[in-house]
Amino acid sequence: MTDPLLSVETVSRRYRLPRERLLRPAPVLTAVDRVSFRLNPGETLGIVGESGSGKSTLARMIMAFEPPDSGVIMFQGHDLARMRAPALRRLRPRFQMVFQDPYGSLDPRRSVGWSIAEPLRAIAADDPARVAEALRQVGLQPGDAGKYPHEFSGGQRQRIAIARAIVTRPALLVADEAVSALDVSVQAQILNLLMDLQETLGLAIVFISHDLRVVASLCDTVLVLQNGQAREAGPVADVLNRPAHPYTRSLLAAAGVSE
Amino acid sequence: MIALDRFSVRFGTSAALREATISVAPGDRLGVVGESGSGKTMLGLAMMGMTPGQGRLEGSLSVDGREMADAPEPRWQALRARRVAMIFQEPMSALNPLRRIGDLICEPLGVHMGMGRRAARARAADLLAEVGLPDPALRLRQFPHELSGGQRQRALIALALACDPAFLIADEPTTALDAHVAQRVTALLVRLAEARGMGLILISHDLTTIARATTRIAVMYGGDIVETGPTRAVLSDPAHPYTLGLLAARPAGIAAARPPGAPRPRLATIPGSVPRLADLPEGCRFAGRCAIERAICATRRPVLRPAGPGAAACHALEGGQ
Repeated sequence: MTDPLLSVETVSRRYRLPRERLLRPAPVLTAVDRVSFRLNPGETLGIVGESGSGKSTLARMIMAFEPPDSGVIMFQGHDLARMRAPALRRLRPRFQMVFQDPYGSLDPRRSVGWSIAEPLRAIAADDPARVAEALRQVGLQPGDAGKYPHEFSGGQRQRIAIARAIVTRPALLVADEAVSALDVSVQAQILNLLMDLQETLGLAIVFISHDLRVVASLCDTVLVLQNGQAREAGPVADVLNRPAHPYTRSLLAAAGVSE
Repeated sequence: MIALDRFSVRFGTSAALREATISVAPGDRLGVVGESGSGKTMLGLAMMGMTPGQGRLEGSLSVDGREMADAPEPRWQALRARRVAMIFQEPMSALNPLRRIGDLICEPLGVHMGMGRRAARARAADLLAEVGLPDPALRLRQFPHELSGGQRQRALIALALACDPAFLIADEPTTALDAHVAQRVTALLVRLAEARGMGLILISHDLTTIARATTRIAVMYGGDIVETGPTRAVLSDPAHPYTLGLLAARPAGIAAARPPGAPRPRLATIPGSVPRLADLPEGCRFAGRCAIERAICATRRPVLRPAGPGAAACHALEGGQ
């Protein structure tokens, strides 16, 4: 058994809510509550849950955008919360993120090539050849680097966002509802692209989604979150075929996945 | 009855809705399914007389037998609320945030039904109970922001039902909601349509929602209705290559789940992407993405003909395959 690429150990994150009464202490929301999981290189973990389940908070902690209040997140042997800024900046090319909305995550006034090269500039490694390679890997043309986001369709923009995420050759991709805004016919193309990249680049993926159908077709393992707590976790075939927790069963029924 | 006969909405040289022919009777539940740019929202807006002002209308659109395609706004205003009501995806932007739920629902009751304040309050409370909001008396005093997303959508449905419309058009009513809440709101719409004998036009990109809630389906692509028929039959035995492709591109659900490390089969895809309104092909809108395309497809528009369990617009299906 190799060391996991990513290990999340009893991680919690609490937010202080606005005071409801002047003389009472402010209420605290536990967005993520003692969640643990491990992810091996090249594997895909699906994190499912409804809005407010803590999925996106967990993603932000994995990306070291915010630290956990308790618990430890280890990526390639590094404790992310204890790293100093320069060291974290050098590690960041190894783990990248793709967001739901490719319109919002690409600068409309900058060429696509400029946006894709952004993570390379952050480590002073800007290289047009790397940008061209990333464009080819996501099924676009190297010549597309000179075009602007408005010249592309929604699905192509999500390909550009993926190109930006893989241009630094990361070991881990965190995808937060990355196909949720896409039309069904385009969604299938992007899911296939993620599977192709995973095989050719050996990428591990944390795939956050509310869509159990998508998770079933893409992921190896799944973690079911409700109110910040892990309700169930395991191989996706086991969890979805024989759900042990009533919440998982109700999610499956609501999604009509077995219909 | 709402009936469209070769009804089009054109913007310059492009048609956002092209020669749509479809009818809905009270008690019918019609599902309109399609991807972005399919024209499904334009179809819903047309049935409300709310197509954008610069759109040019052609063909016939009648409500209760009266031609409405060229009707002036006051005639539509008389029809809206009383005969045809509509709800949208985002209930927060459809409800005035500065007004209490009770005042929002009482307004149409006063304006259209001539009810006094006391009668309107009582009717509004009944409506909130009918859409499954507990403690209606409290809800009447609340502002939209005090309700959850699902409760807001229920309040919006109560508002749409205020004047007992014969038809309710629901455009992506559950897309912004979590799966559990969405399922309950969909079930509520079906229950209301059945109990009131109301026609329901449910517009959605989600085939699962359409399959659950509707008896008839219209599949739209690029401004055209490409296939119609009984919902269950069309979804299990589709005739049009686009409907076929759409169903095949959908992740299979738990059947697709494999043990870790096992090779993952790729999803079926439709090549290319949904064309923009200005780039729509002249003939069949699906030309260029279709697997069984013929020479005629790019130039001549196919019309709906009996095919499979319903009707489909496809040159390849004509002339006995």
